[in-house]
Amino acid sequence: MATEIPLSSLKITSLIETHVSMVFSTMLDLEIERQQDAFDVHPETVFSTGPSVIALLSFTGQWSGTGMIQCSDALARLISSRLFLTDFPNVTDEVLDALGEVANMIIGNFKEDAAPELGPVQLGTPTVLSGDHFQARMWQGHQWTDILFRCGKENFQVKVCLVNQRSISSDAGLLETLSL
Amino acid sequence: MALDILIVDDSAAIRKILLRVLGQTQLALGNVFEAADGIEALKILEENSVGLVLSDINMPNMDGLQMLTSIQQRPEWSNIPIIMITTEGAQSRVMEAVELGARGYVRKPFTAEQIRDKISTCLSSEICHGN
Repeated sequence: MATEIPLSSLKITSLIETHVSMVFSTMLDLEIERQQDAFDVHPETVFSTGPSVIALLSFTGQWSGTGMIQCSDALARLISSRLFLTDFPNVTDEVLDALGEVANMIIGNFKEDAAPELGPVQLGTPTVLSGDHFQARMWQGHQWTDILFRCGKENFQVKVCLVNQRSISSDAGLLETLSL
Repeated sequence: MALDILIVDDSAAIRKILLRVLGQTQLALGNVFEAADGIEALKILEENSVGLVLSDINMPNMDGLQMLTSIQQRPEWSNIPIIMITTEGAQSRVMEAVELGARGYVRKPFTAEQIRDKISTCLSSEICHGN
């Protein structure tokens, strides 16, 4: 039986929205708007149906899990061009690095602001993927909090899953699998 | 007089962003050096004259706090202003950096104006805390 997270989806959404807005306004000079209230989704969910870039960061500590950002190739290239003042006609290593940094700032600041409720949580190094038709699954049925934003004509999605370590059986651990 | 700056961050993306942002500050810049961790930073300081260091805290091999300690132990470097640029909002780590000699910190994300103001303040005062 999973221990209930001391952060509601509403609070997670509020923190994520704050930091997404901050990153997009201060570093990218792009307008972004939240599209819907956060919702908890089934652990197995398709969350991209076209060419996309996904950045994942792991949480470790008493609460562990994963934070993700996902957007289309087009938005990833726009974000990178705003960060580096260079056009990117293709998804290059620099584009992947840029999305890793954006994830680091959004999820990292979320982690800091959630620390009073969650206690000390460490963040891993971003892993960034580029591909098509991603599917994400959290092992043991843990759910994501899913927050959707709109930047121009493109979606920008943030997902957070946090699980209390004590609720994970001794040989299980938290695992996310990604399949193309 | 042009200011020689050392950027220390394990993220090539952040180093590149800081280079771009420094170019927007209208500060009189000289050489801008880059290091991916504290060890590389100390090597650059050995071989070059640096007027200001912008550094991350969390880095592999030698992190920002260990680098600060090493810099403070060298009298010829101990007066170089060091500003921490970090998502590490935890006051304990940031305050540890200040206690170790950092002149201030800027939390990511940042604007060119925040970086310019922090550099200007740090070059003219003893301590300047975060944005």
